[in-house]
Parts: sequence; C-alpha cells; structure tokens
Amino acid sequence: MSIFLTEQSRVIFQGFTGQHASFHAEEALRIGTKLVGGVTPGKGGGAHLGLPVFNSVSDAVSATGADVSGIFAPPQYAADAIMEAIEAGIGVIVVIADGIPVHDMVRIHRYRQGRDCLIIGPNTPGIITPAVGKVGIMPSHIYTPGRIGIVSRSGTLNYEAVAQMSALGLGQSSSIGIGGDPVNGTDFTTVLDAFEQDANTDAVVMIGEIGGPHEVDAALWAREHMRKPVIGFVAGVSAPPGRRMGHAGAIISSHADTATAKMDAMQELGVHVVRRPSDIGAKVAEVLALQKPAATV
Amino acid sequence: MNIHEYQAKELFKLYGIPVPAGRAAQTDAQAASIAEEIGGSKWVIKAQIHSGGRGKAGGVRLASSLDEARSIADEMIGSRLITGQTGPAGRLVHRVLVEKASDIDREFYLAVVIDRGRRCIKLIASAEGGMDIEEVARQAPNSIVIEEVDPAVGLLDFQCRKVAAAIGLDRGLLPGAVRIMKRLYRCMRDKDALMAEINPLAIVGGGELVALDGKMNFDGNALYRLPDISEFRDFDEEDPKEVEATAHGLNYIALDGQVGCIVNGAGLAMATMDAIVLHGGRPANFLDVGGGASPEKVGNAFRIVLQDPNVRAILINIFAGINRCDWIASGIVQAMRDQKIQIPIVVRLAGTNVEQGRDILNESKFPFIIGHDLDDASAKAVASLEGALA
Repeated sequence: MSIFLTEQSRVIFQGFTGQHASFHAEEALRIGTKLVGGVTPGKGGGAHLGLPVFNSVSDAVSATGADVSGIFAPPQYAADAIMEAIEAGIGVIVVIADGIPVHDMVRIHRYRQGRDCLIIGPNTPGIITPAVGKVGIMPSHIYTPGRIGIVSRSGTLNYEAVAQMSALGLGQSSSIGIGGDPVNGTDFTTVLDAFEQDANTDAVVMIGEIGGPHEVDAALWAREHMRKPVIGFVAGVSAPPGRRMGHAGAIISSHADTATAKMDAMQELGVHVVRRPSDIGAKVAEVLALQKPAATV
Repeated sequence: MNIHEYQAKELFKLYGIPVPAGRAAQTDAQAASIAEEIGGSKWVIKAQIHSGGRGKAGGVRLASSLDEARSIADEMIGSRLITGQTGPAGRLVHRVLVEKASDIDREFYLAVVIDRGRRCIKLIASAEGGMDIEEVARQAPNSIVIEEVDPAVGLLDFQCRKVAAAIGLDRGLLPGAVRIMKRLYRCMRDKDALMAEINPLAIVGGGELVALDGKMNFDGNALYRLPDISEFRDFDEEDPKEVEATAHGLNYIALDGQVGCIVNGAGLAMATMDAIVLHGGRPANFLDVGGGASPEKVGNAFRIVLQDPNVRAILINIFAGINRCDWIASGIVQAMRDQKIQIPIVVRLAGTNVEQGRDILNESKFPFIIGHDLDDASAKAVASLEGALA
C-alpha cells in the first residue's frame, strides 16, 4: 500500500533535537508514524521525545534499521546531511530545507549515482501516506486515506488540491512534494512510475508550476508507460517572464517554461489537464467516473 | 541575483579571461578621462543596466573622440533606457562602461549554465555569436554545441577542444579557447552562478579571443558564502517595495493589475493570481507570506501591497498548514485599524484554526467579503473592483 512511506518504513529525523524538527516529530508521532529515533551530532546517547538520539546516520541505521530519513537541518548544512544519509544506505531521504544552493544539489546528484536511494525535495512539505504516517510539515488533518496519488512542486497548492479532493470524498494513497527548487532530487517521472506500480493507487494528480522541463518530460513518459490516468495542473499562467515567483525554480526562462505551453504539451500527450486551479478535485472525480467501467473488470 | 556587465568583466579578469581594456564611469568627465587613460582613437560606451537588448535600444555607442565619449556618456547617464526586456518605463542608467573599441573578425557564443532537466552543469557554444541564444535555438539549432560537465572532475580539456572545433575555431586559437572555457567554468562553479555567458566571444585584431560582453546570474541561496558577490548587488535595479518585503521575510513581486494578493506559499500564490485572471481581473502583485506568519508580518504585507497606487482591492488567500488562521485574522484586523484601509478586502481562510480565524474577522465588524473557496474568493475580488472604481 502506498509509495515511499509504507507501513514497513522506519523513520529517523536528522537535526532531530531542533525546535522545528521536534514540533514536526511530535505531529508525526501523533498520527502514528513509525519514527524510531533521530540524529543530532554531539547529542548521541541521549533521548528526545522518548526516542534515541544518535551522533551519526550510520549509528542510527545500525541501531534502529531506519530506511527513511527526514532532514530538518538548515540549508547551509543540508547538503552534508543528505550525503551522510546516502552513505548510510537510507532509501528515502526527505529534505525539508528551503534555500540549499543549486550547485550543492548538482554535486549531490553526482554523489548518489549508482546508489539506490531517492531524494525527495528539497524545499518540500514532504511525504504523507494517510493512516500510515508522514515525514514532513504538511497539515495531516486535511488528508484522508484513499486511492488517488498526488505529486506536486508546491506545498500549499498540494493542500488546496487535497482539500478539494477530500471534500468530494476522494482520499489519497500517498502525497509527495518534490519541492520548489530548480534542481531537485526526484522528478515527476520517478513518482509517476511508483504510483503506476502501486496496487492501491487508481489515478495520479500532478501539480506543476512555471520553470523547467519536468512536467512535460513526465507527460511524455506517462504516455508510453502508464495505464492509470494522470490529472495535471500547472500554476503561473499569469506569471511574468524572468521573475522568480517565490520558489527558486519557478522562473520562466524560455517559452517552454510557461504554464500555458506546459499545459498544452501535457494535454497533447494525454494528461487530463485542468485549467482552473479550483477545479482540480472536480476533474479527478470526472476522470474517475470515466474510468469506472474499465476499473471494475 | 543579476549583476552588471562591468562587474562580470571584473570577475572574468580575476579568472584570467581576456576582456577589452576599460572601466565603469558614473559621470561624463570620468568617462572622458577613462577613455584618455585607455588610449587609442575609438571607444565603446555601454549603458550599465540589468537588461539584455541594450545595443538595439541605443545603449551601446561608438565614440571617435574624447569629446564624443564625454557627450555620449552625458546623454546616457541619468536617462532611461528602454529595451525589449525592461518594459515601457525602461531603466535609469547610473553608469556607463567605457572600453577600447575592437576590430571584430568573428563572433561566437559561449556559456556555462545549470541544466535543470539533467541536473548538471553544461557548456554551451555556438558559431552564431552576438545573438540571443534562444533566437539561435529557434533559427539555427544545429549551430549549438553542448557538453555536459561531470562535477567530480570538472570541465576537461578534450571537451573544450571538441567544442572549439565544432564551432569552427581555427587550430591556432584552440589553446586560448580551451583556457577561456575552463576559466569560465571555474568562475561559474566557484561563485555559485546559475549562468555565466560570454556573448560575443570575439576574434579581434586578427587573432585574439576576447570576451566583448559578459553576463552572470547568481544563486541567491548561496550568497551567504559569497561575500564578494553579495557586494555586486545593485539596489537601484530593484523595486524598493520588493527590497522592503525581503527585509520583512516576505516574497513580493510587483505586477501591473489592480487586485492586491496576500497568500501563503508560492504555488498557491501563483494559482491565486491565475484564478484572478480567469475571472477577468489582473493581479497587482505576487506575495507569499511564508509559513508561521505572525500578525505583524501580515500587517507588513498589507503595507507593502498598499504602497502600489493601482491596488483597488485585496484578496487574502490562506491555506494554513504551519500557519494559523487566527494569527492571520488578527493581523488583518490590526492592519484595517492601523492603516485605515478603505478598499474591498476579500478573505478566504482554510486549514489550521480556521474557526477561530473566522470568529476574529466577524467580531471586528469590518466589512470583509468572505470567500468560501479559491474560486469564490477570486470571483468576489474581481467583482469588488466595479464598486471600488465607481
């Protein structure tokens, strides 16, 4: 059931004892996340929130069997924390920090070549699998268990779409924020692939924004490899070129970067494109209704 | 963060990339004395603003005497230069770059950029120098040569030789070209640039490669470790409202519509602007208050949005995760009181502590227009303009 964060996942937080991480660790524990400890260099051997604290990720992995890490380190230290997690064999690394230099991400991308790990983010609200747990900072009460996968660059637009879906009784299998940075760890395609293979997901909502080629790349991939429907929206139709719209990655540098160009291309490639941000939930319901006869076979 | 051409060339010089003799001037007298100091009989006077397309707009001119250099500088400094990228208001020119004019034999394009799709650094070159690379990509895509860099070893000599040969550089120029490419890469990587461009890289005086123009763009998230680059920041090139917003931890971008926007999260802020456009209105700004916004921060957001005289209504759209609707609502009510706001205020609140937030708005007795969801709120914000304009 679900992707990346499942009932089997054992989670640690890096930068565990910080104020920010502590708040979100308590929230994660409250909804049942299997958080098994955390890492704060220099504080190893102690306990925090009733869980063990370790000096290094590899110590945490050997003691707890952790395979998912939520990185709450500030952006200046996040690159080191990510590479430490990769080295320790963590399979899913969720990076919350907003503000990691792009060149650091380029080096990290090189560092993880040939190793089996996923980096979710940076600049993401994280991952949530309703009824299983979360590694991130999203408001868990808006998510409901269900069979729709959701993947987005933006956090709050993810919440908006989820609220629209939940209001129509459409729950989520997992929600993945890939983050608002120009060079991120995991792109839409990787997440679509995971949802396509997940037996508990019927359809996927993909929410992009201006800047970069990943939405259209993913639509191209989906046309060749996916049987499940993809519902897509791209924010920023009204954004001016050449300006960074809040997210480091949300900038129109060429015609292909615009929201309209992306949505047109996605539609051409078979994605069910929603043009109004307030119609995402309704579009999901409409697409599912069309799929019903096939799905019951 | 963008910098000026003269600043990019200072960096190039530091890295050993050849640039024409020259310096920036802030007055016409300075321009003339720099020209005299450089010597020769022809100079180029270049307006220094953060925009491309300066040549076509009259921002790059040739002077054949010191008097002419002085009078061109006098005309440029203090004038507004309107290029294809500045918008109709143009940009005020504070400085000119005075350089020795070169006899150009051929022009090439050279850049080192981040490739977002492939998550790597790549070298781009073309035999079509002097043109905008996007234009080249449309008209002569085959003339563009690309080489990906492995960050573990950096840009290698053989890659540079391959690129130099592909754009048609003669064998005699290869060693110089290889040096320039490697130095541009090092400069880009050391200084956390997102882009470093030489356009044109020219063969001048019969056989010497020189960077005639330079453009660099830096990663704002890396400035904490680059004190030298931070000093290049030119506040004259930025909207003062945007500078003030940044100081308050707000992300604000001025636009040209009438509906002011206060939203949390970049994606939702863009979607809110889009919804306003879909309802026939135009957003006055992009504004992301971020997470955990205090009532004071909301008050600052109002102040910045209202500095724009075109704003006729404000739409507040909050989907609170780590934010709290009660804090946001308190901030709104406080701003209404302190700033004596008279224009229509449309509020849509959702998420954490939404009930308390709504109660605070109701108890205040201010005539808020409540939006029930994103669509309803944006429709009401646009509709409210009618009354506000009457």
